[in-house]
Amino acid sequence: MRSRFASRGPGGFGLLPVRSTRLPSLSGRLLVTNEAGEFALLTEAEHAALLDGTLPRGTAAYDALLARHMIHEGQVAVPLRLLATKLRTKKAFVLEGPSLHIMVPTLRCDHSCGYCQVSRRRMDEAGYDMSPTHALAAVDRILESPAKALTVEFQGGEPLLAFDVIQRVTEEVTRRAAGRSVTFSMTSTLHHLTPEIAAFLRDHAFQLSASIDGPAAVHDSNRPVPGGNSLAKTLQGVALAREVLGPANVAAITTVTRSGLEQPEAMVNALVSLGFRSLFLRSVSPFGFAVRSARRTGYDMAAFLAFYERALRRILELNRGGLAVEEAYAAVLLRHMLTPFHSGYLDLRSPAGAGLGVLVYDHDGSVYASDEGRMLGATGDPTFRLGAVTEPLAQLMASAAMETLARGGVAEEQPGCRDCALVPWCGSDPVHHHATAGDVAADRLSSDFCQRHMGLFDLLLGLLEHGDAATRDVLLSWATRRWGTDGAPLA
Amino acid sequence: MSLPLHTLAQVEGLGPTPKLLKLLALPEALATELPLNRVAVDLRHPSSGKVLLAALAAADFGAAFGTIDHVPEAREAGLPLIHSLRRGDVAGSGDVVRVESSPGRVGIVHRRGANANTLLLTERCNSLCVMCSQPPRDEDDSWRLAEALDVIPLLDHDIEVLGITGGEPTLLGEGLGRLLEVVRERLPSTRLHILTNGRLFSDPGLVRTVSAGVDAVTWGIPLYAEVARVHDDVVQASGAFDETLEGIHNLAEAGHDVEIRFVAHAMSLPRLPALAEFIWRNLPFSGHVALMGLEPMGYARKNRDRLWVDPADAAATVADAAIYLARRGMPVSIYNVPLCLLPRQAWPLARQSISDWKQDYAAECEGCAVRTACCGFFISADATWRGQRIRPLSAAEMSEASA
Ligand code: SF4
Ligand code: SF4
Repeated sequence: MRSRFASRGPGGFGLLPVRSTRLPSLSGRLLVTNEAGEFALLTEAEHAALLDGTLPRGTAAYDALLARHMIHEGQVAVPLRLLATKLRTKKAFVLEGPSLHIMVPTLRCDHSCGYCQVSRRRMDEAGYDMSPTHALAAVDRILESPAKALTVEFQGGEPLLAFDVIQRVTEEVTRRAAGRSVTFSMTSTLHHLTPEIAAFLRDHAFQLSASIDGPAAVHDSNRPVPGGNSLAKTLQGVALAREVLGPANVAAITTVTRSGLEQPEAMVNALVSLGFRSLFLRSVSPFGFAVRSARRTGYDMAAFLAFYERALRRILELNRGGLAVEEAYAAVLLRHMLTPFHSGYLDLRSPAGAGLGVLVYDHDGSVYASDEGRMLGATGDPTFRLGAVTEPLAQLMASAAMETLARGGVAEEQPGCRDCALVPWCGSDPVHHHATAGDVAADRLSSDFCQRHMGLFDLLLGLLEHGDAATRDVLLSWATRRWGTDGAPLA
Repeated sequence: MSLPLHTLAQVEGLGPTPKLLKLLALPEALATELPLNRVAVDLRHPSSGKVLLAALAAADFGAAFGTIDHVPEAREAGLPLIHSLRRGDVAGSGDVVRVESSPGRVGIVHRRGANANTLLLTERCNSLCVMCSQPPRDEDDSWRLAEALDVIPLLDHDIEVLGITGGEPTLLGEGLGRLLEVVRERLPSTRLHILTNGRLFSDPGLVRTVSAGVDAVTWGIPLYAEVARVHDDVVQASGAFDETLEGIHNLAEAGHDVEIRFVAHAMSLPRLPALAEFIWRNLPFSGHVALMGLEPMGYARKNRDRLWVDPADAAATVADAAIYLARRGMPVSIYNVPLCLLPRQAWPLARQSISDWKQDYAAECEGCAVRTACCGFFISADATWRGQRIRPLSAAEMSEASA
């Protein structure tokens, strides 16, 4: 049993677990966080007095630390109990099991994007669609997962090229998941959306993400398609989807390539003028063919962060002018920073989402821990292949791949993250670190994942600290809206 | 204005011990399922017509409320009679009344249709809050529980909310759980609102005794600061902050609904911004947060020097905290703060919170455009408590604001 009394230092208080980090935006102050992600900002002098145990009782800094259970006054039972409750709340996802099930109905795609993450196949190549047997086995696995709320997401390739698979899986899950909450979603170019398909998606309450990389000049050069005009064709699909499914169910997902990097404001303006109110600005990820084509599409993380900051400031300006637009990734990070809850976003959590929260069913009947793991598989590295879709879930969960993930999946134990004050808000991406640095537990000094998150958290903290009241209100409203288990905001 | 809760009366034939009765007009009295010896038939209106008191006595009715003209017939029939109430309107049909013989007195235990009905279970308490409006008394008052158990069957079934206060009701120990069981059985659709400091619920054993309260009770538990030092100072009991937090967690983990309550005064107000964050971070499961203006009664009057803040300043800080919590999706209300002191943005959170019988308006409220939506003041809040900034709002201002 824990003791009710704990020893105290010279100032009459004792330390509870905290981490502190210096960040550029905090103008000389330090960020101090507890395990549950509550934070306080301290001056260097206050921080030194905290570590010496000499911070004077009753000062503002002292009470800020005491109220956030970062220090105690001798009785630790209640602070520890409250901390434990907060940690349980923040990490409630741990008990859920896989809740996001990603299906790859086909690898075929008519686009040939330079950064394509999935090693796509040409339209007419045979043997790259998921077989009915595998599709039905995937449904078995999905329903075996204990999660109360399930999300089934279709990706590709271009998933609409195998609509029959989508239809079969959707109907089968709907029929057999009686009483459970299931959300269907799809990321697509929407080039192949027809009124009949749209009606089916509407009937099953699909949420759609359209890949849109910016204004036509940027999008069409990123996404070559026979006959050209990729953006125009996607926008036709968007218009149809909005009409049939409702505008709130169609979001934009934007991959920022080097050509998009130059004009962040123009990128935001373009997406907003196309009617999107939820944007998601992603950097190119170093997977699949993207690594090989890095010279053409890639850039360093500092350049992405500079782009992102300008884009975010433009979005905030639009909000202050009365137009409610959000950047979905900022919303995820803010929810982690400003609320007792997790966003549910699977790519930023600890323990990692890969395998524990997400399963990916590839067209060929393989099951992977994440989409990135699947891409590694496609390029010859089977580290994150859990097994075949025909194996029971328990067996997949006991695979060597899951052991590897467990070793690198807990951010609080990784070199670098272990001592980083951002770790309660951040996450661990073992698949990424395996791919980029050769080990799931690689240290974070050289990690672009770390650089990106350090930069983003620093940017948001700076806006929260130095921004005007209207800016803070907008950021708070993103953090406190309701979220689904896949990290997607609920309308 | 509000009715008093007692009046003098002539009481005949009731015997020396006070009696709890349900007062019902004749048609309802004839249809009731209550034991008739618990029912007093209200014959005070001429429209009651001619009723044979002997028949009422034969039916075993407990008493009649009548006029002096009924005296001979009641004596003849052996039916206890209450008449000549000094204020006849104090007791009305549907009320539960306590009738005492000498001196003859009628007290209202429960008024039908009142906006707040409460049972006071004890005047004892294990804390001693600096602003307590009903200072505790350390006397054996276990008769109160017995009386409450006696009253519950007489209450209307459609009462939405029944309040239970003290003192500190958890000092009844297992008696509280027994009372909850009786309420659930007799008044299955009534919600209970129980005010407690929650300290004794730091014992999970006591939480188990109130399991009948799950899905029926809201436990209203005060927190006055985000750190123990200040909270314990306000409630004048060391260790109280920790015990209350343990209690809240024990209740919540057992499935109970908890409301957090805060009273604004000079000691607590400076802590409110940090307390709001503390609640959001540690108690996001709270069903409701109530931020309240001070009732200037009891110790609050005695400790005025330590407690008084200009209500306008208190209102501004309370509004900020309420908006802070509301923005984060927490159900929050502002009680006992008049609308003219609150920023317009906080109005949707303000409630008409003061019980009819202790509520009043100030002279300034004459002609105020929002009077009917405003909580006004506690009768006990004279001009020295109300501050200088009460001002009636004009209809023109209102339409400007909504335009
Ligand atoms: S990845 Fe970087 S920013 Fe995130 S917790 Fe680890 S060290 Fe901190
Ligand atoms: S003037 Fe009176 S009625 Fe009007 S808002 Fe103020 S307190 Fe309320």
